[in-house]
Amino acid sequence: MPETKVKTYTRADFTSDQAVRWCPGCGDYAILAQAQKIFPDLGVEKEKFVFISGIGCSSRFPYYMDTYGFHTIHGRAPGIASGVKLSNPDLSVWVVTGDGDGLSIGGNHMIHLLRRNLDINVMLFNNRIYGLTKGQYSPTSELGKVTRSTPMGSLDRPFNPLALALGSGATFVCRTIDIETKHMQAIITRSYSHKGTAFIEIYQNCNIFNDGAFAPMTDKESKADKVLWLENGQPMLFGAKQNKGIRLDGNKPIVVTIGKKWSVDDLLVHDEGDYVIASLLSNMTYQDDFPDPIGVLYAIDAPIYEDLMLAQINKAVKQKGTGSVQDLLDAGDTWIVE
Amino acid sequence: MSKTTQKVDEVVIRFAGDSGDGMQLTGGRFTETTAIVGNDLSTLPDFPAEIRAPAGSLAGVSAFQIKFSSKDIHTPGDAPDVLVAMNPAALKVHQQELAPGGTIICNANAFSPRNLKLAGYEANPLEDGSLDDYYTVYDIEMSNMVKRACVDMKLPPKTVDRTKNFFALGLLFWIYDRPMQSTKNWLKVKFAKRPELVEANARAMDAGYNYGDTTEIFTTRYTVDKASLPAGTYRNVVGNYALSLGLAAAAEKSGLGLYYGGYPITPASDILHTLSAWKHLGIKTFQAEDEIAGVTSAIGAAFAGNLGVTATSGPGIALKGEALGLAVMAELPVVVVNVQRGGPSTGLPTKTEQSDLLQALYGRNGEAPIPVITSATPGDCFFVAYEACRIAVKYMTPVILLTDGYLANGSEPWQVPKIDDLPPFDVTFADKSKIADGQFMPYLRDKDTMARPWAIPGTEGLEHRIGGLEKEDVTGNVSYDPDNHHHMVETRALKVEKIANEFEPTEIFGKKSGDLLLLSWGGTKGSCRSAAESLQDEKKKVSHVHLRWVNPLPNDLGEILIKFKNILIPEINYGQLIKIIRSEFLVDAKGLNLVRGKPISSADIQKTAKDLIG
Repeated sequence: MPETKVKTYTRADFTSDQAVRWCPGCGDYAILAQAQKIFPDLGVEKEKFVFISGIGCSSRFPYYMDTYGFHTIHGRAPGIASGVKLSNPDLSVWVVTGDGDGLSIGGNHMIHLLRRNLDINVMLFNNRIYGLTKGQYSPTSELGKVTRSTPMGSLDRPFNPLALALGSGATFVCRTIDIETKHMQAIITRSYSHKGTAFIEIYQNCNIFNDGAFAPMTDKESKADKVLWLENGQPMLFGAKQNKGIRLDGNKPIVVTIGKKWSVDDLLVHDEGDYVIASLLSNMTYQDDFPDPIGVLYAIDAPIYEDLMLAQINKAVKQKGTGSVQDLLDAGDTWIVE
Repeated sequence: MSKTTQKVDEVVIRFAGDSGDGMQLTGGRFTETTAIVGNDLSTLPDFPAEIRAPAGSLAGVSAFQIKFSSKDIHTPGDAPDVLVAMNPAALKVHQQELAPGGTIICNANAFSPRNLKLAGYEANPLEDGSLDDYYTVYDIEMSNMVKRACVDMKLPPKTVDRTKNFFALGLLFWIYDRPMQSTKNWLKVKFAKRPELVEANARAMDAGYNYGDTTEIFTTRYTVDKASLPAGTYRNVVGNYALSLGLAAAAEKSGLGLYYGGYPITPASDILHTLSAWKHLGIKTFQAEDEIAGVTSAIGAAFAGNLGVTATSGPGIALKGEALGLAVMAELPVVVVNVQRGGPSTGLPTKTEQSDLLQALYGRNGEAPIPVITSATPGDCFFVAYEACRIAVKYMTPVILLTDGYLANGSEPWQVPKIDDLPPFDVTFADKSKIADGQFMPYLRDKDTMARPWAIPGTEGLEHRIGGLEKEDVTGNVSYDPDNHHHMVETRALKVEKIANEFEPTEIFGKKSGDLLLLSWGGTKGSCRSAAESLQDEKKKVSHVHLRWVNPLPNDLGEILIKFKNILIPEINYGQLIKIIRSEFLVDAKGLNLVRGKPISSADIQKTAKDLIG
């Protein structure tokens, strides 16, 4: 199908006149920069982009993109976004949220958005802390996290956003890291082209309240051993020397070293369409013995909610004809008073 | 034996039985037929929150009251003249409200020792003579009658027994001289796939009719003449259905897409059901995961250029409160319907109340004014829904529409409106012409209405950001400036106040001055109007004013109030409008506050009025 020719845009077209007000050094800057770089190239008229956010540091994002944007209330971005998308399915709708906004106060909306599979993209900035309210633990903070609200350590086990998304029935689940600029661009492009709800977890460093939360995955010395870059159809290989891999021992994933005992052929091969593999990968999060998977864990085709909604409307019109309210008013048992 | 026919002006019948006895359906059929016969009527369904409470228990009693008349009536009636009690529990619950000398028609077969015990009777009231001094009692073996009527049909006994409500219906049709044909037609549609049920129910109804006609038990039939209603085409309409029609009419007339986001809740769910069935009109309905997503998705729809609507009841409004503040801040047209029910908390889910008025006016953080419109009758729900949509779009504001359980489920004959006769409803989305000096100003206001432009995503050149943070006027940029905040608080309030400038002069039923003004809002209009009519007949200097909008109040209300020596405000709450009236106008208004989960009766109002003015 020939692509519709749209205007060409530059980064400046997507930059609003509002001064960016995140803390210096915040990971959000990197994410915004990549978005402003890649959105001009997605092939969509600028006026069709709508960014919807809730509350939190990440949720200031729409103010800085020169598109349509709505900075709403805490946790409710998925609801607002659903209304926007269902009203006008031609729009490209993006939810920008954080671990508190999207998984705590807005957790219910998030899981339902994912199961319905509207063609909406969710960028969840996960910094594992509450930044805007100055440093309380979040639903993704590790157990025992010492914060202002948990001076003796947090008591609740963290949510694993990718596992939650998979469990909610998401059709596209991926993860990237704030400072991995090229990867983030690729992920945004991939998410855009996925038809259905795309869930993007972005590891994002809060240098004020949770600095270094993802250091093992971002520091030069450690990252090769702590990140598993996912590529569809490729064996799960990682490490500075590319000599480590993930293999299934029965139904349990284990880390093995390539060498005498194991070869690359013994490794698990990534399959984006395999829910079990995606589930195994998602559960490597918070596991010290495993690298964190980065990339597309899961991508399947499934019916899109708004398509189904429109199909029902079309079917009803076909069956009943384009109705009028006057017909409804005049229907039923009526009588005439003279 | 000859039968006599007696003409009466009005009758109140209450059908009561077990939840499974089909009383709502029986009442509904009697209502449709009564409407076709041309009487004016008003109905009041009254059912338990439990879908099926234990059979025969007091908690499981479901009732349906209809008042019909040859005159113009405003309420479903106070005390019933006839009580149809399908079991002892129904008799126990409703007998005390029956008018003195009233008629009781019972299914004698249901008065078994077990059912009597469940209802708390030590002796059978049909046999111990306890009723005979006060009422005319007809105890009829309805279950046996329908069993005999269907004896050759080889249906399961349970199925046959379930037709007994149609026996009662047939009998009532005979007593009040009503035709059965429309109900027979209705049965054919209702049970299109079960012809045996069409036959069984029709036989039961015939049996009831013939029982009245041939036995010597009933000696008198009653006729109620046609009511003299204004000429036109009429239908019977239920409040929630009328409201749904009003929303659809607003969408059609304005050309806007109608988006409805909601979560099931009694007594509002029928609006969701009704709109969901009208997909052929292009209406989009979304059953959200909760009340919050219902309203937020409606706000999103409004942002995207649809007419965003949500409906709920009080507990749902509580959950939507924060989002309503967002709609105020973002100045988006969203219509929020509250079908009020008994509260607080879960309260009385199936009973009516007017106790969410202050919640509608003030139930949000910050200074968050929202226009509040209220419906007076089931049919009025259509017009106020249309008006709520029109005002929301014209002024770019959320609007709260208050109805209640009584209006939502009640019905009345309704002159079918013409879409062409509705007020004009034009919408203009902002386009590039709104760009000045290369910039679009999302909070640059219309001079007359103070509405901001409706600039919807997809419009080239108007890309802009809005949100819940305070806005700088004109630009819409985030602003923490103290004077700007004060200015915006004032602006949002003024915008709502301006709506009153387009109200018609307030109608006063009665003289412009006098001893007493009855002031009503919402569903108490009918009772107040009836009371005012009766009191005026007694030469009392009583007038009635009804408020359609509670925010803003009509500009002329203050001048009206001061012309009366007394003001009485009947409300099904503990005193809410009265607080507004007293504080706004510094008048010594009195309240009549009965919070019993049912409409305030005209008799209650008349009594209180007489206590006030003698």
